[in-house]
Amino acid sequence: MNNKTTKRALVATLAAAGVLATAACSSTPASSGSAGADTTADWTKKGPITYAQGKDTSGNLKAEIDEWNAANPDQKVTLIELSDSADQQRDAMVQRATAKSGEFSVISMDVVWTAEFAANQWVQELPTDKFPMTGMLPSAVDGVTYFNKVYGYPSTSDGALLYFRKDLLDAKGLKAPTTWAEMKTVCDAIVPEHPGMSCYAGQFQKYEGLTVNVAEAINSAGGEVLTKDGKPAVNTPAALSGVQWLVDGFKDGMIPKEAITFKEEESRQAFQDGKLLFLRNWPYVYQLAQKTDGSSQVAGKFAVAPLPGKDGPGVSTLGGHNMAISKFADNKGTAMEFIKWMNTQDNQKRRLKTSSQAPTVQSLYSDSSLQTEFPYLKDLGDSIATAKPRPKAVKYADVTLAVQDATYATLQGQKTPQVAFDELQTKLTDLVK
Amino acid sequence: MLVIALVVGFPILFSVRESLFASSSGVDPTTGVLQSGEHFAGLSNFTDIFSNPTLVVGVWGSMDRLVNAFINTTFFTVVCVVAETIIGVAMAVIMSKAFRGRGLVRAAILVPWAIPTIVSAKMWALIFDANGVANKLLGQNILWLADNSYSQWAVIVADVWKTAPFIGLLTLAGLQTIPDEVYEAARVDGASGWQQFTRITLPLVQPALVVAVLFRTLDTMRMFDLPFGMIGPGKYSVETLSMFAYFENNALRYGPAAAYSIVLFLYIVLVAFLFVKLLGADVVGDPEAKAMAEARKRRKVAARQAKAEGRPVPKPVRSTITSGDSPS
Amino acid sequence: MTTQTHVHTSAEEVHALAHRKRSGKDIAVLVGGIIGMAVIVIYCLAPFYWMIVSSLRLPTMGRSTDFIPNPVSFANYAGVFDPSNNFGRAIINSIIVSTVVTVLTLLFGILAAYALARLRFRFKGAVLAIIIACSMFPGITLLIPLFKLFTGSYPWFPLNWMNTYQALIIPSLSFGLPLCVWNLTAFFRQLPVELEQAAMVDGCTPGQAFVRVILPLAAPGIFTTAIITFIAVWNEFLIALTFATRSDMYTATVAISKFTGQYGFDTPWGSIMAAGVLLTVPLIILVLVFQRRIVAGLTAGGVK
Repeated sequence: MNNKTTKRALVATLAAAGVLATAACSSTPASSGSAGADTTADWTKKGPITYAQGKDTSGNLKAEIDEWNAANPDQKVTLIELSDSADQQRDAMVQRATAKSGEFSVISMDVVWTAEFAANQWVQELPTDKFPMTGMLPSAVDGVTYFNKVYGYPSTSDGALLYFRKDLLDAKGLKAPTTWAEMKTVCDAIVPEHPGMSCYAGQFQKYEGLTVNVAEAINSAGGEVLTKDGKPAVNTPAALSGVQWLVDGFKDGMIPKEAITFKEEESRQAFQDGKLLFLRNWPYVYQLAQKTDGSSQVAGKFAVAPLPGKDGPGVSTLGGHNMAISKFADNKGTAMEFIKWMNTQDNQKRRLKTSSQAPTVQSLYSDSSLQTEFPYLKDLGDSIATAKPRPKAVKYADVTLAVQDATYATLQGQKTPQVAFDELQTKLTDLVK
Repeated sequence: MLVIALVVGFPILFSVRESLFASSSGVDPTTGVLQSGEHFAGLSNFTDIFSNPTLVVGVWGSMDRLVNAFINTTFFTVVCVVAETIIGVAMAVIMSKAFRGRGLVRAAILVPWAIPTIVSAKMWALIFDANGVANKLLGQNILWLADNSYSQWAVIVADVWKTAPFIGLLTLAGLQTIPDEVYEAARVDGASGWQQFTRITLPLVQPALVVAVLFRTLDTMRMFDLPFGMIGPGKYSVETLSMFAYFENNALRYGPAAAYSIVLFLYIVLVAFLFVKLLGADVVGDPEAKAMAEARKRRKVAARQAKAEGRPVPKPVRSTITSGDSPS
Repeated sequence: MTTQTHVHTSAEEVHALAHRKRSGKDIAVLVGGIIGMAVIVIYCLAPFYWMIVSSLRLPTMGRSTDFIPNPVSFANYAGVFDPSNNFGRAIINSIIVSTVVTVLTLLFGILAAYALARLRFRFKGAVLAIIIACSMFPGITLLIPLFKLFTGSYPWFPLNWMNTYQALIIPSLSFGLPLCVWNLTAFFRQLPVELEQAAMVDGCTPGQAFVRVILPLAAPGIFTTAIITFIAVWNEFLIALTFATRSDMYTATVAISKFTGQYGFDTPWGSIMAAGVLLTVPLIILVLVFQRRIVAGLTAGGVK
């Protein structure tokens, strides 16, 4: 079927390709979209919207949205499930924001993104008269506040817990430690009798969790990462003593060597395998470690307590997600109603029950029926009540990496805490100015 | 074609443009709002690369983050590509022997490569876990996934495992065009297996092999998802140029990110150029048909020389083709 | 049919050869080859075995290091096909995208490579250089411009291509094509021009000569290239992640990235590994199906 024209056709095709390549070279990219950022939102506009968050793990979110859609057929919400990795969630959101796309009307925003998203004006400022936050945890409200303005609505919170082997402590008549020194005493009494067991671990792999853990160590020793007026203070004697505690832990074997590669899951596994006496982790571990299908060797043998500190109770780092409205979204009226509806006391309670997400409504933590169902709930409430946020920095990606650099080098013994955190102080001063 | 030109050409141009702009950003002290605006910065993003070092500590000592990424990229490329080439060619040679079960082997070698990189990164992370099976088999307690030279080797093992089959398969395709008679002739002349390999196999698969190695080299230089997914971002012992550019992009410094991408791009172009110059220009396609014809002639002569001692090479079986085409 | 007869003869030849000489040396080579193949298979499959093993554990035992799962559980596979994951749909999307890209790549690639290998025209070097340059640019930085393009942010491209197949297919072509063109150019050039000349002497048009003589001879190269392209697209992640935001448009790799454990922090190793196994199996089947074609290319060597 092909005939002599083939050759010509080929040449023509290739020539065309060449021409196009050069044509592409001469085309200058148009200036980026001119959608001006409107300063005031139209809170009356109703209509369909989207909601973007990480994967709906329990299926509860879909049920909730179905319920909303059934009640508001002309203001349907479409769920957009993002990837499970926080980095990829942020990527997707930043892509939309830099393209000034309103594809995601409502987003689920990690607490540490608040400053960046607000400073770039990617998310809508929420007027407090339209978004009342009475009854919400003060620390959660603080997490959505940037320069005294509110940019998100608290949805879930999170705080750290100290998991410990109640069976072993009880056998010695010991109780959960409240200070580091007490923890060491307990360990000295128990760990030598159990070969292969270490005293304590948190998350010390080089990732966001390291920032969380080192901030906890610093805060628990009476130091601060950033002072109230936003100045870094990571090389004060108090802060350094917190870091030194971790360094000594690695040095004298209180923390196992491999904890330098631990994220949440690795540390949970070590605890479940009976290799740890104490574990710092999030509430999600509780139900998994209680599983009796053979995956956990510590089911029924552990309990939780608030984190210990240097001279008294420790300070957790605040986690959680908040719901925010994209600046470029349409139908912000519906977005507002949807956000408020999602975070009513009843809906937060349901989310706690179905997917173990820590609520931001304060009263739920003292609900006695919930406390029976979630034995860790009271301790979690205490942990969150005193929890401190991570630095609110516009360049959070740089800040957290700088913190991780300094901490990781210190924990690996490449630098002394003094040297590493002096450097960090200089870097942070530059980054948060 | 038009769309492809648009889709590929346009973003590249966009990146080049981006690399020439800097976003001036300062935070308004009362509202906290970022005062953003882009201005033309000329080549300052490029000059800043050299004037503004950020010291990081990787495996190679304390140095600028870009230099560190550059060395890592080069190190990975050299080690991985060399290992992949050796293993890949060995695979191809073994597979080209007419043994039973070759089909199975061919399917087996596709497995590493067919597994999506994100999955294979996770799989290797699981294997190299501090309490994982690699340490169990080795009886060691090596912290592969920390930030040290073991992490580098973990990445290299995973990358070589994943991509050696690529070279193997392309080389095999090249091997299959070598007529058996060539080997037979050599065997009759008493050439040893090794001689056959170096004197016949290698020269004849060279074009296919060079293309395969070239593409692997260019690909490894852009390596991103394996170290990123396995070891993680911000690990200077495995941070490649792509990862660094990604980090900058993520930190919303689009200008420098684009500039780093272009640095990487130029580096790749340079390597590709050297590659082609050193390893046989005939893969590029000579600009003129004359040179091409000459090259072909030269190659034939070389081939003939290689088996010069042997009995005459059977002529291309023209009759087969003719008979094949006659029904048309 | 010509090829068929030819396959026949050469197969016979091989057979005869194998029977003619069975010296000790040949047996050594045979044994060596078998050992070599065993090594290759183990090298390739050992980590894959680990993947299978990991996928057969209980979902809660993802990090176990037992060499045989105990108890064996298919819960992870059930989990993968849980309706909420939409994984079946994702596999179909992957098949559509990969097939279309492979076919288009081969179509353009074969023609372009043949032209580059055979025709004389100016700037050939430049064309090849441009083709390869396209594949050299670090992909990550291209995403934002492409995203702006496909969301219709530019006045001269007012279409919204988010969640469409073309948004997944067209960028993927850009990394399939260069390899295809380069590889096939090297391949075509190895085939002597005399073949076409002979065919034309026998009354074939250049087109016929190409289709009936060159294409069958280049079959191993073409199929290899097709497999490579298919796998590359099958494994593509960033483009698909960026341009497919609706779950019915996810490709398989994107769908896997959305697997999470029940609590957010817990990585569902089991389901990820199970999905990885499920993604790999179709490719193996594909190769086994096309095996004959690849081998046919080998034995139909008219160059002999």
